[in-house]
Amino acid sequence: MSRRRTSATGTTGTGAIAPPTQHRFELLRQMTRIRLFEERCVELYSATKIRGFLHVGIGEEAVATGVLTVLTAEDSIVSTYREHGHALVRGLSMDSVMAEMFGKVTGCSRGRGGSMHLFDVGHRFYGGNAIVGGGIPMAVGIALADRMRHQTSVTACFFGDGAYAEGEFHESANLAALWRLPLLFCCENNLYAMGTAIEHEQAETDLALRAASYGMASWSVDGMDVAAVEEATRHAVERIRAGDGPCFLELRTYRFRAHSMYDPELYRDKAEVGHWRERDPLELLTAAMRADGELDEDAFEAMTAEARAEVDRAVDTAEQAPFEPVEDLTRFVYSEAVGPGPTRAGEEGAGS
Amino acid sequence: MSTTLVETTYREAMREAMREAMQRDERVFLMGEDVGAYGGCFAVSLGLLEEFGPERIRDTPLSESAFVGAGIGAAIAGMRPIVEIMTVNFSLLALDQIINNAATLSHMSGGQVSVPVVIRMTTGAGRQLAAQHSHSLEGWYGHIPGIKLLAPATVEDARGMLWPALQDPDPVLIFEHGTLYPMPGSLAPDAAPVDISRAAVRRPGKDVTLLTYGGSLPKVMAAAEELATTGIEPEVVDLRVLRPLDDETIVGSVRRTHRAVIVDEGWRTGSLAAEITTRLVEQCFFDLDGPVQRVCSAEVPMPYAKHLEEAALPQVATIVAAARQVVSG
Amino acid sequence: MSDFTMPSLGADMDSGTIVEWLVKPGDHVQRGAPMAVVDTDKAAVEIETFQSGVVGDLLVEPGQRVDVGTPLATMLAAGEAPSAAPVSVGKAKRPRARRVPPPREAAAPVPPAVPREAEVAAAAPPAPSPPLRHHAAELGVDLASVTGTGTHGRITRRDVDAAAHRPRVSPYARRLAEELGVDLAAVTGTGTSGTVRAEDVRAAAHARPEVPPVSTEAPRSDRATIAALMSRSKREIPHYYVATTVDMHTVVSWLRDTNRDRSVAERIVPAAALLRAVALAARRMPQLNGFWVDGVFVPGEDVHVGVAISVRRGALVAPALRHAADLELPVLMQALRDLVGRARSGRLTRAELADPTLTVTDLGDQGVEEVFGVIQPPQVALVGIGRLVERPWAVDGRLGVRPLVRLSQSGDHRATDGYTGARFLATIDDLLQHPEAL
Repeated sequence: MSRRRTSATGTTGTGAIAPPTQHRFELLRQMTRIRLFEERCVELYSATKIRGFLHVGIGEEAVATGVLTVLTAEDSIVSTYREHGHALVRGLSMDSVMAEMFGKVTGCSRGRGGSMHLFDVGHRFYGGNAIVGGGIPMAVGIALADRMRHQTSVTACFFGDGAYAEGEFHESANLAALWRLPLLFCCENNLYAMGTAIEHEQAETDLALRAASYGMASWSVDGMDVAAVEEATRHAVERIRAGDGPCFLELRTYRFRAHSMYDPELYRDKAEVGHWRERDPLELLTAAMRADGELDEDAFEAMTAEARAEVDRAVDTAEQAPFEPVEDLTRFVYSEAVGPGPTRAGEEGAGS
Repeated sequence: MSTTLVETTYREAMREAMREAMQRDERVFLMGEDVGAYGGCFAVSLGLLEEFGPERIRDTPLSESAFVGAGIGAAIAGMRPIVEIMTVNFSLLALDQIINNAATLSHMSGGQVSVPVVIRMTTGAGRQLAAQHSHSLEGWYGHIPGIKLLAPATVEDARGMLWPALQDPDPVLIFEHGTLYPMPGSLAPDAAPVDISRAAVRRPGKDVTLLTYGGSLPKVMAAAEELATTGIEPEVVDLRVLRPLDDETIVGSVRRTHRAVIVDEGWRTGSLAAEITTRLVEQCFFDLDGPVQRVCSAEVPMPYAKHLEEAALPQVATIVAAARQVVSG
Repeated sequence: MSDFTMPSLGADMDSGTIVEWLVKPGDHVQRGAPMAVVDTDKAAVEIETFQSGVVGDLLVEPGQRVDVGTPLATMLAAGEAPSAAPVSVGKAKRPRARRVPPPREAAAPVPPAVPREAEVAAAAPPAPSPPLRHHAAELGVDLASVTGTGTHGRITRRDVDAAAHRPRVSPYARRLAEELGVDLAAVTGTGTSGTVRAEDVRAAAHARPEVPPVSTEAPRSDRATIAALMSRSKREIPHYYVATTVDMHTVVSWLRDTNRDRSVAERIVPAAALLRAVALAARRMPQLNGFWVDGVFVPGEDVHVGVAISVRRGALVAPALRHAADLELPVLMQALRDLVGRARSGRLTRAELADPTLTVTDLGDQGVEEVFGVIQPPQVALVGIGRLVERPWAVDGRLGVRPLVRLSQSGDHRATDGYTGARFLATIDDLLQHPEAL
C-alpha cells in the first residue's frame, strides 16, 4: 500500500498528462452548474421557497466533479446531506433536483426527501443521507453485492471529516478492507464537523494515514484542484476494479459558506475563509486553463449564461410543478412492486 | 406433498429453511457473527458453511452497524441477504441502520428504493442470561413503519416463514425466541412456505381470548389446558405477524369471546400488548365484558437469579390467574 | 343577643369550615335548632344555636375556614330586622320533590308506576339530613338516584355508601341490555364489586344464550292440548265479563306524529300501545296479574303479558312479552315484532311459554268488534281487543267521528269481581288517553 501527499499547489508530482481542453471545459461547466445552483438555493431558502435544512457545497465543487467524472453508469454513489453537486454531476436533472428542494412531486424523491435525501436509483445514486456516517455501511453492502456478483463496479461513498469519528465509518472501513470490497471511500475533509474544527474532533488529524491502517490504499488529495481529484480518483478506481480492495481518498477542501443556513459561523474567522477563497476551485481551473491558453472566453461566457438559464428554468419548472396529493401520504411505506420471484443463477434480480 | 413426517426441532427447521432458500435463490446469502466457522451461536447455521462456502456464509466482525447496513446495501443492489444479529440485545447497535435506512428508504425516496433484507434475531429471556441479554424488543420495533416483523412460535412457522420473508420486497425482521430452539415438532420434508400476514387461532374457544406471540405461546397453551379443566374454554391466538398486526383475527376473536388477555414478554409500558389493548378498545369496545388484561414482564431489568427471573416473566400461573380474573370479574 | 360563633366540637378542633347554611337572615330559630353544617376534618357536623331568636346577617360564606370562636352570624331578638345586605345565604336547600324512579322490587306490593306530582309529594320519604347530603356530595353520589332503605324510604348513610360503589356495567353488557330491552337498574351484577356482566343481563332477560330455543309445535299448539286446556278453563273458572269502548283518537294521532320520524321498520302500531296500556294497568292492579293456585291467588313476580298469536295449521300460542310494563313503547314494539316472528317460526323460549301472567287476545285484524275470551289457567284474566273502527261519537256535546275499539276483560270470579274488572278497563282507557306516557 502506498500513499502520496500532494502539495498545496495541486500537482501530484507523477508527471500526469494534462487533460484535453474539452474535458477541462466540461469540468468547468459542471463546477459552474453546481456553483450557480447552490447560490440560487441560498437565495431561495432565504425567500422561504426551500425549507428544512439546506447544506450547500460552495467551495467543494471540485470534489464531486473530479471524482464523479471518473465513474461510469455501472458504478454506485452514496453521499451525504451536502449532496446537490454530486447529484447534478452524476446526471440527475437539475429540474428534478430543484423540484425536490421545493418539495414537489416531480422531485427526484417525489418531494418526500428534500435537500438531504436526493435519490435516483436509475443513476445508482443512493442518497442523500442525514445521519452522519449513516450511509457508509450501506455503501459497503452495495459493494459487497457487486463483488458477490463479480461485477467490476465501484461504489463511491462520500462523507465528511465529522463522519470519520463515527463508529460506523471504522466498522465499515475494517469490513470493506477485510472482504476486499470495491469501495471508494471519499472523505471530504473541509476541516469542520459542523462547528467543530478537526483538531478538536480527531486525536490524529492525518485522516489518510489512519485509513491506511485498516489495510487499504489511501491518499490525501488537494480537493480544490479538480485535476488532482480526478487523477487520484483514476488511480484509486483502477486499483479497485483490479480487485485490490477498497481505497481511501482524503479530499482536502473547504466550504465557503456556513455549515447550513442557520449557522452564524462563530467557530471560524473570516480571514481563514478569505484565505481559502483564494483557492476557489472554479478560479483555479480557469486560471490554469488561461495559463495554458485553453480557455475560450466567449465560450466560457456563453457556458455560464447557459448554466444560469438552466437554473432559472429549473426554478420556474419547480414553481409550477404540483405537490404530491395528500392521499398518497402512506404510499411507499412498503414497496408497491410485487417482489420478484426466485431467480436462476446469474440472473439479475430487480432489487433496485 | 410427501406424507411421511420428519421429526425435527425449531432450530433444525430454521436451518432447513435457510438451506432451501440458498438452494433455490442465488441471491440469498447469510451474514452475521459466528454464523460460519462456529456453526452459529445457537447452532442454527451449523453445517451451512461447509455446504455453501464462505462467499455465501459470511462471518462478520463484531460490527453490527456495518454488517446490518451492508445487508441493507446489498439488498438495495439486488441481493437477498439474511443478516443474523446474534441477539436482539445487540441489534441496538444497528438501530440507526434499521430505522433510518431499512425502514425509511422506500418512503423517503418516493418509492424508488426497496430494501428486501431479512434480519434474523434471537430474542427473549428465561435462561438466566441477565439484564443485557434478555430483552424482548419486538414492541419497540413494532412502533416503526416501513419494516415487517415476524415471530415464528411453532416448528412449522420456523420452517415456512423464511422463504416468503426473503421474497418480500421490504425489510423483514424475524424474532426467534431463544427457548424455542430445541422445541420438537413434525414436518413434511418438503414443507411449504406459510402465510406471513395473518395471526393463527392455535386453540379455538369461547370464554376468553388469549393473545400472544413467540416464546410465550407454549406457556399460553399450557395455561389454556389448565383453564379448560376448570370449565373455562379459552381461545388462543398466536399473533405470528407483529407488524402489521392482523386486526381481523385479533378483533374477530375478542368479538366472539368478549374477553381478552394479552401475554407479552416485553415490559407492559408502551408494549405490543398496550397497542393491541388500544386496538380492542377502538374496534370492539362494545363487545368487551371486562377490562383487557395484560400479562407482561415485571418492569425490571431481567435478573440473573432463577427465582427472580421466573417471578419477572409471564408464567402459566399468572396467565391462568389473569384469564380467571377477566372471566369472573 | 350575642353572635352565633364557631363552636368547639372537640379538644383538638381549632377551626372549621362552613359547608352549608341551614338558615337564612330573618329565620326564626329555637334554641337547639341546626344552623349550619360544619366540616371539622373528622366529620361533617350540624351546629346548633343555643339561643332562640332571629337570624341576622350571615358573616361567613360556605367554604371558608374559620377559627373556633369566630362569629358566623349575628342573632337578633324577635322584632329586630336584619341589615340590608346579607352575606350569601349559601347552599341552604330544602329537599325538593325527588323524581321517584319506577319501583323495581317485584315481590312487594307494587306502588304506582307512573309518577304524578301529587302522588310524589304524598309519598316522598323524609329528606336526607345535611350531614348525609355532605357525605353524598363527597362521594359524588346524586341523592336523587338513591333509593332509601330506611323507615318510610329514608335514605340512610349505608344507602349512600352502597350507591357510591354502584356497580359498573361492562360495555358489552350495556349494549346487550339495550338490545334485549333489559333495565340495567334491575340487574344484579355478579362480577367484581358487583359489576354487571353480559351473563347477568341475560339472566335478567331470562335468556339462556347457550340453550337452543324450544319449538312451539309439540306442547302448546296441538289442537288436542288446546281443547283440554279450554275445557278445563270453562270447567274450573267462573268467568265474568266486562267491556268498554275506548276512544283511540289521541293514541292514533300521537302515533301518527311519532311514526313520522321513524323508519318503516320502527313504526309503532296501535296494538303495541294497547299492550303497553294493559301491562301498565296490570302493574297498577296486581290482583289481575297472577295465578289461581290451590285455592289462593299468587301474584306474578312481574307483568309478563301473554300475546295470543295464531301460528301455522290453525294453531294458537300465547307467549309472554316479558316485563312488558318496563319496556318503553318503541322497545315493546320491537319485542312484539320479534316475538311474533319467532312464534310463527317456532323459536320461542321456555320462559316465554311458561311465564305469561295475563293474556291479551287481539282479534281486531280479523274484523270482530268484540272478544270475550277464555282465560288460560292458571291465569286469572284475559283482555280481548276488537277492531279499531271509525264510528260516530259524542265529542264535546256534538256528533263527531272517532276511531274506537272495544276492550273486554274476562275475569276469574274467584280472584276478582266485576268491580275490579271495570276499574281495570277504566285504567287502560285512561292510560290510552295519555299516549306520551306509555
